[in-house]
Amino acid sequence: MKSIKVALVGTPNVGKSTIYNALTHSHEHTGNWPGKTVGVSKGECVYQDTLYTFYDLPGTYSLISKSQEEVVATDFIVFSSFDVAVVVCDATSLEKGINLVLQTKEICRNVVVCINLVDEAKKKGINIDYKLLEKRLGSIVVPTSARDKEGLTELIGAIKHSQNKDFLDIDYGVLNKLIEEAAINIKTDEYNPKWIALKILENNKYYINKLNKLGVINKLNEQDIDYDVNLEVVLKVAKKAKEILKNVISYERVNYDAKERKIDRILTSKIWGIPIMLAILFGCFYITIIGANYPSSLLFNFFSSLEGGIIKFLEFIHLPALVIDLLVNGVYKTLYFVVSVMMPPMMIFFPMFTFLEDLGVLPRIAFNMDRAFSKCKACGKQALTMCMGIGCNAVGVTGARIIDSKRERLIAILTNIFMPCNGKFPTLIAVITIFFVGFNKKYGSVICALILTGVIFLGILLTFLVSYILSKTILKGEPSSFTLELPPYRMPNIIDTIKYSVKDRAIFVLGRAVKVAIPAGLLIGIIANVKINDVSILRYLVNFLDPVGLVLGVDGVIILALLLGFPANEIVIPIMLMGYLNTNALIDMDNLNVLRDIFVNNGWTIKTAICFITLFLYRFPCSTTLLTIYKETKSKFYTLLSVVIPLFIGIILCLIVNCIFF
Amino acid sequence: MRLDNINLNDYVTIINVFGDTSIKRRLLDLGFIPGEEVKCVLISPFKDPKAYQVHGNVIALRNIDAHNIEVQNEVN
Ligand SMILES: Nc1nc2c(ncn2[C@@H]2O[C@H](COP(=O)(O)OP(=O)(O)OP(=O)(O)O)[C@@H](O)[C@H]2O)c(=O)[nH]1
Ligand SMILES: [Mg+2]
Repeated sequence: MKSIKVALVGTPNVGKSTIYNALTHSHEHTGNWPGKTVGVSKGECVYQDTLYTFYDLPGTYSLISKSQEEVVATDFIVFSSFDVAVVVCDATSLEKGINLVLQTKEICRNVVVCINLVDEAKKKGINIDYKLLEKRLGSIVVPTSARDKEGLTELIGAIKHSQNKDFLDIDYGVLNKLIEEAAINIKTDEYNPKWIALKILENNKYYINKLNKLGVINKLNEQDIDYDVNLEVVLKVAKKAKEILKNVISYERVNYDAKERKIDRILTSKIWGIPIMLAILFGCFYITIIGANYPSSLLFNFFSSLEGGIIKFLEFIHLPALVIDLLVNGVYKTLYFVVSVMMPPMMIFFPMFTFLEDLGVLPRIAFNMDRAFSKCKACGKQALTMCMGIGCNAVGVTGARIIDSKRERLIAILTNIFMPCNGKFPTLIAVITIFFVGFNKKYGSVICALILTGVIFLGILLTFLVSYILSKTILKGEPSSFTLELPPYRMPNIIDTIKYSVKDRAIFVLGRAVKVAIPAGLLIGIIANVKINDVSILRYLVNFLDPVGLVLGVDGVIILALLLGFPANEIVIPIMLMGYLNTNALIDMDNLNVLRDIFVNNGWTIKTAICFITLFLYRFPCSTTLLTIYKETKSKFYTLLSVVIPLFIGIILCLIVNCIFF
Repeated sequence: MRLDNINLNDYVTIINVFGDTSIKRRLLDLGFIPGEEVKCVLISPFKDPKAYQVHGNVIALRNIDAHNIEVQNEVN
């Protein structure tokens, strides 16, 4: 079978990942903000006897950029072997796309131009003469509308028929002569000698070193040039792009984005900007709480009604009583607690979150909050990583790659934990409902959502505080530049949003929790049943941890649960329940309301609840996040720091709460 | 005049871009190229950053970064 390797290149947020997903039936994350994709992913599809391998690259504004995710893209284009580069452009702002097309044609022999988002361009009254553009560029041009899966068959066809051409020669004016001179000494079939010569003239250390290592260029004699090479190059490429686009685009309407600007004015207004953001957050929590309430208890009752049958069955197959106890009270109970209490809120929260992300709200939040970050000498894009953190801290940590400066990226990584992740919400909702709201009160859900919003608000304040302290101590420095594109609002495809967020996010996270819940439940069961001198190991551990708990305003079981819940936040409450049920008289858990009785019978008060919430929020990142932090920072020191900082803050806060309540 | 000084809804033309290589390169990449027309479209709640429209895109810049861009009023 014939096989073609295709790289998807393009400026940020033009729909590369959307095209990639549609073609390869993958589920790469997409989102309406620049910098969603931060690594290269690979996917395949077979179409009419040809195997296509696609590489989805992070967006890049030009091929000489520096932020980490952009270097990934540029390096791939320059140094990897693939057959066709598809440059994806935004039909509503073609100039930037064509700029990138020209730069790509300088490096790649086989380029296909894909003009995406044509539906949006049509709506805005922008007309494009594709035939003329194709003639001027000398590459096949395919209009697509990836979200609605239009034009993709044509794109595949174009990829198949596109031919190798000579590298593009751009007229660099005064630089031409210098380029020719430098290019004479560069002998290579693989790369364009003129492009390499240009890198040498630009004195681009990164590429000079890389090409040197590859043996393409030899030791250089440093050249002194009086031109601003960078500016010259950009101007010349831009000029060429303008020439190419002359008479290609025509506008039917002038004020095509008036409505968008109006919405923007409201979302970023001086008085309403911040309150609206908090209100959106509150709304999401409120809907989650009221929406999850009923399905949760339904699931819970269903699973607990099966318990008797399961015990009977296990007795029937003659399992020893001890094993039955382990399986039912240990594993089964933990498992169904996780599923019934954690699943419904996640299933509701995740789609809403994805919807907001796709709509394009996140960059506006970053825009509103940047001033505060700059005061803390950090980057406004940190707000984007925080939003990601609300979905999952591990994703937030990886997402920090969009921040150019290493110092600011580390700050974003180390503070991401202050945003409680989706896996913590159900637990928080449960405890808040029990101790602060009560179950059947009229405004219970409103109060609960308000408290949750407050928790996020506190997290934001702590993020600022810690960012500031870090900038003044370990990660000293001044803020670097901040540039962020505010994309147009885009109405997401609702069905796709729900499908994606439920399947790829909620189920995925839940699966991870369930995987941990089984061994954890088993472990608790075992240490509760193995006895030394008539006292169970669990009892020993709890007694051992009790003094620590006492100082922090909680008890030994809570501490144990927080420690054992390290692999997944979702299993903390079930472990705690198992701990209580196994150290004290057993209460039958046939109903969620029993939770309250269990807690109260074990000495919980409002103070315990507050301290538990504090420790739960700020103990340390879960194991997945911690691993990601290590992968991203490649430093044991910063990984350790990411544990110490929240733990320290959590403990301090608990001590303060203890003083207040004493 | 520098870009950070212009008022909301003002149209200006870029004359020159200053600054060290990295910020300059970044600004050029984003489309802040001499000769290009720019408009200030949004101001954040704390007056900094502001967002500018430059060929079809809306881009947020901190004032300190926008200060690298020299502009002049539209002549028409
Ligand atoms: N209206 C419309 N929206 C689209 C189309 N293609 C993609 N989108 C939306 O555009 C946004 C960006 O899409 P992505 O696929 O994440 O863009 P990307 O190029 O991979 O972005 P980065 O990874 O950040 O560089 C998403 O919200 C998509 O739903 C299209 O043809 N029409
Ligand atoms: Mg992408």
